[in-house]
Amino acid sequence: MKRVAVVRFPGSNCDFDTLHAARRTGTEAYFVWHRDTNLKSADAVLLPGGFSYGDYLRSGAIARFSPIMPAVQRFAEAGGPVLGICNGFQILCEAGLLPGALMRNDRLTFVSRPVALRVEQTDTAFTNRYHPGDLLLMPVAHGDGRFVADPVTLAELEATGRVVVRYVGLDGQPLDGSINGSLNDIAGIANPEGNVVGLMPHPDRAADPALGNTDGTGFFTSIARWAGVPK
Amino acid sequence: MTRAQSFPGERPVTPEVVKEHNLNELEYQRIVALLGRTPTLTELGIFSALWSEHCSYKHTKPVLRTFPTDGPQVIQGPGENAGVLRLADGWAVAFKIESHNHPSAVEPYQGAATGVGGILRDVFTMGARPVAVLNSLRFGPLDEARNRYLFAGVVKGVGDYGNCVGVPTLGGEVDFAPGYSGNPLVNAMCVGLLRESDLTLARAQGVGNLLLAMGSRTGRDGIHGASFASEDLSAKSEARRPQVQVGDPFTEKLLLEATLELIEKHLVVAIQDMGAAGLTSSSAEMAARGGVGVELETDKVPIRETGMTPYEIMLSESQERMLVVAEPHQVAAIQAVCEKWELSATPIGRVTDDGLYRILHHGVIVAEIPGQRLIDDVPIYEPEAREDQRAKARRAAIPSGPPRADVRGALLLLLDEPSIASKRWVFEQYDSTVQAATLLGPGGDAGVLRVGNTDFGLAVTVDCNSRLVALDPFEGGKATVAEAARNIACTGALPLGITDCLNFGNPDRPEVFFQFREACRGIAQACRAFNTPVTGGNVSLYNESPSGAIDPTPTVGMVGLLEQLAHRVPSHFQLAGDRILILGRSEGHLGGSAYWAHVRDLVGGHPPPVDLAAELALQQFLVAAARDRLLSSAHDCATGGLAVTLAEAAMGGPYASVGLGAEIDLSSYGIGIVCSTDPVDAALLYGEDQARAVISVDPPRVGDVLTLARRFGVPALLVGTVGDPQGDVIIATPERHYTWAVEALRETYFGAIPRRMKGAGE
Repeated sequence: MKRVAVVRFPGSNCDFDTLHAARRTGTEAYFVWHRDTNLKSADAVLLPGGFSYGDYLRSGAIARFSPIMPAVQRFAEAGGPVLGICNGFQILCEAGLLPGALMRNDRLTFVSRPVALRVEQTDTAFTNRYHPGDLLLMPVAHGDGRFVADPVTLAELEATGRVVVRYVGLDGQPLDGSINGSLNDIAGIANPEGNVVGLMPHPDRAADPALGNTDGTGFFTSIARWAGVPK
Repeated sequence: MTRAQSFPGERPVTPEVVKEHNLNELEYQRIVALLGRTPTLTELGIFSALWSEHCSYKHTKPVLRTFPTDGPQVIQGPGENAGVLRLADGWAVAFKIESHNHPSAVEPYQGAATGVGGILRDVFTMGARPVAVLNSLRFGPLDEARNRYLFAGVVKGVGDYGNCVGVPTLGGEVDFAPGYSGNPLVNAMCVGLLRESDLTLARAQGVGNLLLAMGSRTGRDGIHGASFASEDLSAKSEARRPQVQVGDPFTEKLLLEATLELIEKHLVVAIQDMGAAGLTSSSAEMAARGGVGVELETDKVPIRETGMTPYEIMLSESQERMLVVAEPHQVAAIQAVCEKWELSATPIGRVTDDGLYRILHHGVIVAEIPGQRLIDDVPIYEPEAREDQRAKARRAAIPSGPPRADVRGALLLLLDEPSIASKRWVFEQYDSTVQAATLLGPGGDAGVLRVGNTDFGLAVTVDCNSRLVALDPFEGGKATVAEAARNIACTGALPLGITDCLNFGNPDRPEVFFQFREACRGIAQACRAFNTPVTGGNVSLYNESPSGAIDPTPTVGMVGLLEQLAHRVPSHFQLAGDRILILGRSEGHLGGSAYWAHVRDLVGGHPPPVDLAAELALQQFLVAAARDRLLSSAHDCATGGLAVTLAEAAMGGPYASVGLGAEIDLSSYGIGIVCSTDPVDAALLYGEDQARAVISVDPPRVGDVLTLARRFGVPALLVGTVGDPQGDVIIATPERHYTWAVEALRETYFGAIPRRMKGAGE
């Protein structure tokens, strides 16, 4: 059974959602407190959504300096699977584990709604249970979700297949308009090795049969099938 | 006789100072008699806060006592921070609604944000984890820039606070009418879940136990907020802006987690939010409930500004603070929990056996008041109640002049009214899925969430039809509870109980107090009929601006129990081919309708009478039909009548990509309607007769539905069929056929508010 550490910041508010989603898929998931400095023999690390330290400055900007983050950094660099959801994605970008940044939504208001995602890359630690082109329905809920990167980085992400999920219409076609103004409708990306993934939508809120939507379950079941970083 | 000294440099208590504190002559004399001397300024401030309408209910108590508050499901009725009802398997629900109208009128963002913060604390202080927030908002029409500013600011304030704390917003209502220009209403409701065994009451007990201030430091913000909430809004209200508190949702989140951990570890005797009137009300109320005295040392309270006087410390409404009562040997353990959550907990006083409410500052007694009498001796008023002649005239009025649209066009006009149109622009700014328990989110009849890891759910709604209340407060009060119960029952849940937020004008005016008394009589009667007791709530009076009193707005928040998650019923048509039935009868009642208000320019007429027995039968039928899995959808028929209800069901949920058509034949419905003011079809389509709902049913189950309806005595008529995606909504009457393309309806309905808000709040 895979040991999955869910890092709990004081302002995390999807900590239990993420923990339960991971446990429901048969992992041994547990909390790691932000003041801890080791991950307690984790096989994978999940950074949940929320407002880590209030995020009054810039989302995730303070969390990257928290005591647990050096351990997460080392774990990721050693090829360990790390998933950042929503605020977790913002923290991974702030920490430099993923490129780009998440800026204020283009409409400047918080956006909470279901979105359709197209799976673009399945060779990652968190999407290997899906098929390229799969259409997933899950909620977004964020104020700072507009993915941006400089043109070179953006071109590289696209060329090397590191865009993991993309916002699309319910029919799978490109969006008419946008969810938050993200460049190329990018909803989630991976590092070159595929062990670090971040996305703004919430698979943790779409992984419970009792709620009628399990489209996000694959993000958690993929952990067990991940053989590790190739090469 | 008690003794207290003025704090050095404090103003002496003169008649002007008394008046500034919103205390009248009678009240002041009672204070002097109670103390046997002139009060100090600190004491005057304490009385002023606790004897404000907001804290004391001095104008409304006798009326509030007429509410039914008992029932087998009631664990905690009114008088605590929140009411608590029993669910199943040891689970209970704590819920409460409260207003933050006055602060929001002068500072919409912070006013609304701190309103959410306050109501969250009222719920988690009971040992319940907040699982849903709802809100009921009222503004003036959106064609005025000031109203757009208030609307956008309030919505952002509600959203930013709740989103950060991580509590989903599962529903609400927003209404726009001229009566709220200058005095918007912001009512926030919080619903929490707890194990019955974790219920914690705010009763100070145990002589020698310590009082601890926990959470944020105390500043000068919000001093006299409770008194501010108890006066009319006026030009000088702008000067009250510094009295509006500033919210910090991150600290709230820490406070929430720390409080629940303290309760779970049984480290506290009692705990209460420092809400309105801050340290004063929390300490005095906890002492009075426990029948003990307390002694506070204001110099021990952590402050964020230097030179604060005991008066300021006692009356500050700085946010995100709690007052804890604990046994001395638990203090270290409490502080350890607080430290984990980056908070402080500081001993600031103790429980005493002399029954006195005593405040010391550096050892000097600056206030000493008999504690029980401080709470109990507030004068109770029974204001005169008399209906306004103008109200009678409005009720007798009928529309004149030409309608703004014909029968077909009226539907588009109504769907374009912001009060009726989709509120997606609003709830898209609120996180509605955090906590991963949302079964039915905003945009339907009621929100539904899963209770813990169980297989049952909780339905939540908040409602008020102020137009009906304004025209006939008694029937309007009944209608408000009935609509809330219909909304709950449409999801398949059984209505359990209510919390109310009674927003009215100045009670010293007989016509206002008449509205209050009669609306409460209607609410009480409906709650008795439905077995949905009142578990608490809030009274907000003095909602007046220079342009007059608001429309009376007794908002009702209701919770209901969904026995099985799988029984839940959505509001919208699900499948082409499903059969459509109307439940309940129509006499084409247009009095008080949205049609008269928006198509005939008349807010007037006799609102429809509310038959409580018919309402109850309808609720029971809906719950039974859901239990038998007979319904594809169920939607309450209310504002805008049958045509709006059918259109809403056909247009689909807020994120459906397309709507469904519907073919409806009304030739056998509403037979015998006569209407002297409008075409009979207008009465049939837009009349707002109560006790009705529209359901859709899988064709083979229609027989079972009709049989069940007969058993409950609910009139049910098969009227049509759900059509294809992107089809037409066709309503046939004996007079003619009316046809609307569902996509055109959707464009109107979903676009109405964004069109008006373009550029605002962005």
